[in-house]
Amino acid sequence: MSPARKRTVRLVVALSAAVVLASALIYTSFSAASPALSPSQLVRQAQPGRSYQLTGTVAHGSVHHAGNTLDFSVADRAGGTTIPVAYTGTVPDPFREGREVIVTVDKQHGRFVGERDSLITKCPSKYKTAPAGEKQNY
Amino acid sequence: MAVLGRICLLLALVICVYGIGASLYGARTGRVEFSDSGRRAVYALAIVLTAAFAVLELAFLRNDFAFNTVADTSSRTTPTFYRAAAVWSSQEGSLLLWAWLLSLWSSLALFLVRKRMRDVAAYATAILLGFGAFFITLMIFYATPFATSSPAPAEGVGLDPLLRFPTMMIHPPMLYSGYTLCTIPLAFAMGALIARRVDADWIRATRRFAFAAWLFLGVGILLGARWSYAELGWGGYWAWDAVENASLMPWLTATAFLHSLMIQEKRGMLKVWNVSLVLATGTLAIMGTFLVRSGVLNSIHAFGGATLGVPFVLLIGVLIAGSIYLVVSRREMLRSEHRLDSLLSRESIFLANNVVLVALCFVIFWGTYFPLISEALTGTEASVGPPWFDRYTVPLALALVLLSGIGPVIAWRRATVANARRNFLAPLLSALVTLVVLVWAGVSQKPFALAMFCCAAFVLGAVGQEFVRGALARRAIAGEAPPVALLALVRRNRRRYGGYIVHIGIAVLFVGVAASSSFQHAVEQRLTPGSSAHVGAYTLRYVRPTATVAPSNDAAHTGSTLSLGAVVDVSKHGHHVATLRPSQGFYDSGEPAQGTVGHLIGGQAVSHISMSGSLTRDVWTAIAPDISAPALARIVTVGNRTLPADEAVVALGFLARTYLKNPPPAQFHFIVSPMVMWIWLGGLIVFGGGLIAIWPAPSAVRRRVALRSRARSARGLARA
Amino acid sequence: MILACVLLAVVLLVISAPLRAAAAGDARDQDHQSPERAELEAAREAKYREIRDAELDLRTGKLSRADYESIDGALRAEALEILDRLQALSAADGPEADED
Repeated sequence: MSPARKRTVRLVVALSAAVVLASALIYTSFSAASPALSPSQLVRQAQPGRSYQLTGTVAHGSVHHAGNTLDFSVADRAGGTTIPVAYTGTVPDPFREGREVIVTVDKQHGRFVGERDSLITKCPSKYKTAPAGEKQNY
Repeated sequence: MAVLGRICLLLALVICVYGIGASLYGARTGRVEFSDSGRRAVYALAIVLTAAFAVLELAFLRNDFAFNTVADTSSRTTPTFYRAAAVWSSQEGSLLLWAWLLSLWSSLALFLVRKRMRDVAAYATAILLGFGAFFITLMIFYATPFATSSPAPAEGVGLDPLLRFPTMMIHPPMLYSGYTLCTIPLAFAMGALIARRVDADWIRATRRFAFAAWLFLGVGILLGARWSYAELGWGGYWAWDAVENASLMPWLTATAFLHSLMIQEKRGMLKVWNVSLVLATGTLAIMGTFLVRSGVLNSIHAFGGATLGVPFVLLIGVLIAGSIYLVVSRREMLRSEHRLDSLLSRESIFLANNVVLVALCFVIFWGTYFPLISEALTGTEASVGPPWFDRYTVPLALALVLLSGIGPVIAWRRATVANARRNFLAPLLSALVTLVVLVWAGVSQKPFALAMFCCAAFVLGAVGQEFVRGALARRAIAGEAPPVALLALVRRNRRRYGGYIVHIGIAVLFVGVAASSSFQHAVEQRLTPGSSAHVGAYTLRYVRPTATVAPSNDAAHTGSTLSLGAVVDVSKHGHHVATLRPSQGFYDSGEPAQGTVGHLIGGQAVSHISMSGSLTRDVWTAIAPDISAPALARIVTVGNRTLPADEAVVALGFLARTYLKNPPPAQFHFIVSPMVMWIWLGGLIVFGGGLIAIWPAPSAVRRRVALRSRARSARGLARA
Repeated sequence: MILACVLLAVVLLVISAPLRAAAAGDARDQDHQSPERAELEAAREAKYREIRDAELDLRTGKLSRADYESIDGALRAEALEILDRLQALSAADGPEADED
């Protein structure tokens, strides 16, 4: 095989490998992703065995510590549906009632269980332009 | 004073417009005085923006609450150190920081090339001023740092206590320096393409700028990781968060560029690839800046101001379209002069390294922007978490480390097969020995970590061999003692051996990452004084509670009002290892609705973690004391009812005393991670090696080489 | 306000300096290299570096003598080509050219 032909073959093989790997990546990302839903959407769409990103505000009066589990309810930003969540893991510093949170949950035996260490609290809205460069607990 | 700031911004915009015009006119007509004037416009921009920044800094330091941004992010009770840093904690302040750093770095870069590349530099000047104009326009029309209110509020809101850490001072300026430095090679690449001059001179200049970008960005990223780990309450250093990823992506393409540039220099190949890498780095840096400010992705670095999304998307669109147009229209000029001589050559290893780095960048890009992609394609916004990222980045990282060990063993251009086979013996042996030892020690349950350790051993073996062989070779020629030979070797071959040191650093860093993520023990437990938790081989005992009322005892000078914590005794197999003092600081919320006492502790609560670190492991603790326990809550309620605002501080003393006497159970988070320090050490080695690699050899050495080479060339010609 | 005026004055001074100099007839281009020369000098440096790299590859055992000789010969030929082109450029430029 001439050197030029060898080079072309190599290029084709390399590109094909890249395409295959990229496709595998893209395909798995869709199945591995958790859709972001509000409480009202989650109530309608939740299926057991799939994980979802529940976004909303922590409902007032709903926060209880029970041993190592944190129980709280997530409400729609505009009010309305609330969903109780049982969560274990790191609780971010800014977490409190009225704050916006994102927590990855799945439906187990009719209850929503928070994935370990998946609770994120958004910056408190009292700072008009939220502070930069900060990481909050996961 | 605010008026002066606004005038500065307007003047800056005018300077930018003038500079763009003058540079373009100078470049098109060849009238040098206009190009020079355009360059000096950049210097002038730096002067004016320095003045604007000074105005803002002064406003913060003097507590001038007439400035909206000062009132929003600072207060009289915010310590001075943090008041100075609060400048860049807001959208508008950070825009000013970005523009200011851009003007400073651009001035430096243009000053350094002022005698060369006149046509390329003129176009680059216009592009850099274009970026400046963009950011200044944003500041004038969308988010001005100099907006004022009248009457000025008496007290500000205060800097978010989560930001009151020393690293807050350094991390954003370093990171922004990295981002702005990425735009300089982009500007020069576009300039070179426009002027049709992508050549050796361009390579020499761009390498320096790209390296500076790589260095600052890398340090900024590492500082962010260190801040997250050592100061925040979650105990991790990397979460694959959108903003972390946004800063990593341009760093990866910059690393790829620094390698593939050498191929272009030697063989005249990969010109299209290289300019694409440079353009991608700059564009990714702008996209990173955009991510932080647009709120377009759910990230914990949530900046407000969704209004900035549209202008940034336009800018990025222009950058991408412009880049594609330039590369396609200049493709004749970017034809490769040669091909790869052989697959077994350092050039082809560099090519493989580029492929891995770009693949990493693609994976991270896809995962980071997936919420937007999925929303566009399926209508629902879905995101992928760290497990997905880990699944693809870990194998790629292994490949990267392995390649960084193979490269040093292979010769440039065309390696001799027999020699290459022989040279792999020592590195393979070190990897094998490591494998055997670790499997015997029981590490095989974590295959990826084991693989990384072996790859790192391979790298250390390969690089070590290079140093030894090189020093021996020098000894044979110059007869120097081994240490002297080693130093001379590095001094005379900085790029090669500096690069080897960088590879050692990368290996060390990844060993730290692998060990600390695979072999971590973490425990969350509610403890009462006297009880203990078991984490791995360690026993952590809650000895007694601590309570301090600030500000007299606020050692970290963060301005907290009350701090509750614990003394924790760490022991291993009965031997005392360390004493840790984690605490949680409470801050003034400034909201009178919470009551005179309530507001004193009603603000953001911030964890002050306590950690004992060594080369082998870190023991990390955080505490969340129960401030809403009945006994304490009662004091707050009574205090709210009976104490007026100026006497409310007394209640803090009561709270502290009550907490010490009858501490309610507190929630503890304990983590024992092996070899975390290797990450920071690895980072230091990487940047030290990088500096060695880029340090210019003394011109005397170059001259000697040149003359000797000339003489030998002549002899060679005579032989031929 | 005074500060603003001072700032404006400084800016105007800085920016207009080259324009004023050109108007006054200063020939300011002497210290500037022609782009061709800069390009060739950069290529020459790169080629010298390659020659040294090949030698180091030999000394650290990555190349056999035979391979080294062939690579070294090719590199030196390329280097001489660059040196020749530089010579030609110097001849064309006249007496003010040659440094090194």
